[in-house]
Amino acid sequence: MNVIIMGCGRVGARLASQLEKSGNQVTVIDLDPNAFRRLPTDFKGNALVGNGADATMLRRANIQTADAFIALTQGDNRNIMAAQIAKDIFKVKRVVCRIYDPLRQEMYAEMGLESLSPTIVFADMLQNMVEGKK
Amino acid sequence: MYIIIVGGGRVGYYLAKALLEEGHEVLIVEKSAAVCDVINDDLGSVCIRGDGCEASLLTQIGTARADIFVAVTGDDEDNLISCQVAKRKFKVPRTIARVRNPRNEGLFRVLGIDVAISATNLILEQIAEEVPTHPLVHLHAIRDKGLEIVDLKINTGSPVIGKTVKDVKMPEKTLLLLLIRKAQQPIIPDGNTTLAADDQVIALVDPNLEADLRKAFRGG
Repeated sequence: MNVIIMGCGRVGARLASQLEKSGNQVTVIDLDPNAFRRLPTDFKGNALVGNGADATMLRRANIQTADAFIALTQGDNRNIMAAQIAKDIFKVKRVVCRIYDPLRQEMYAEMGLESLSPTIVFADMLQNMVEGKK
Repeated sequence: MYIIIVGGGRVGYYLAKALLEEGHEVLIVEKSAAVCDVINDDLGSVCIRGDGCEASLLTQIGTARADIFVAVTGDDEDNLISCQVAKRKFKVPRTIARVRNPRNEGLFRVLGIDVAISATNLILEQIAEEVPTHPLVHLHAIRDKGLEIVDLKINTGSPVIGKTVKDVKMPEKTLLLLLIRKAQQPIIPDGNTTLAADDQVIALVDPNLEADLRKAFRGG
């Protein structure tokens, strides 16, 4: 698979490394060139400096041939915008987007944008741990 | 009308001021407390502090009964998302977003925003209009019909000089609406009108074929 990851934070870098190890072609985009230090030294994918919410930048990342696009920057709105560009303009088959704000995540999920709210996932996990459920 | 403006910067401030003077009900949503205070001192209590993308705040300020929702923050992402929330969740009939990156203008329309305005593009068009040799200037877009009205100047050397309108090869569906000639009453041209240097023509054209029209009048 050809995967583009926007945002090279802890999650982005780790996911990039895992996907690459399991045999995928990975491209990571981040505004800050310093962010790429989080990638392992033996990372063989592409690292591009730029704004992933910009159609021109996404073209440079060869989004036309991408099978999946994952938006993982710190900004909910930036993630949502980039994910919509990937999905509605470039017709990428699999688009996943991180949205911290549960309300916003709900609305965009209803609109058909595949998304995850770490806030909801983590709170649920912690509740289960505290209450002793599995 | 009830108009919500997200972003209390210069654009938001002066827009609110103009709309208030026209008697509209206006509310500004602004993130910065300091900016909120200044606006409330100047314009009366019309500014609420908060995030214009957050559904809970938008519920609180009665977005569902808003007639127009305008997002003019300095951030394209924020403008897009707040307009989408207003449109999808609160069914606001008209959403208008400011676009910083001119390339996002078309994109915002595809993503459901009713009107996307790029200040950069507006300024570029204004400047182009002031350049005397510029052959084609946009006057008005009729977006829902896929048409636009343009102003064409026939410069010296243009291949259309001396030709009648029916002999000029123009893109499909192009209509010449008005011919303005120096020191004369403007006329509505027909197929037999002969074009001359320094004529100004107002035309209706399909925006996708605009380049062909420009070529026909400029030559080359």
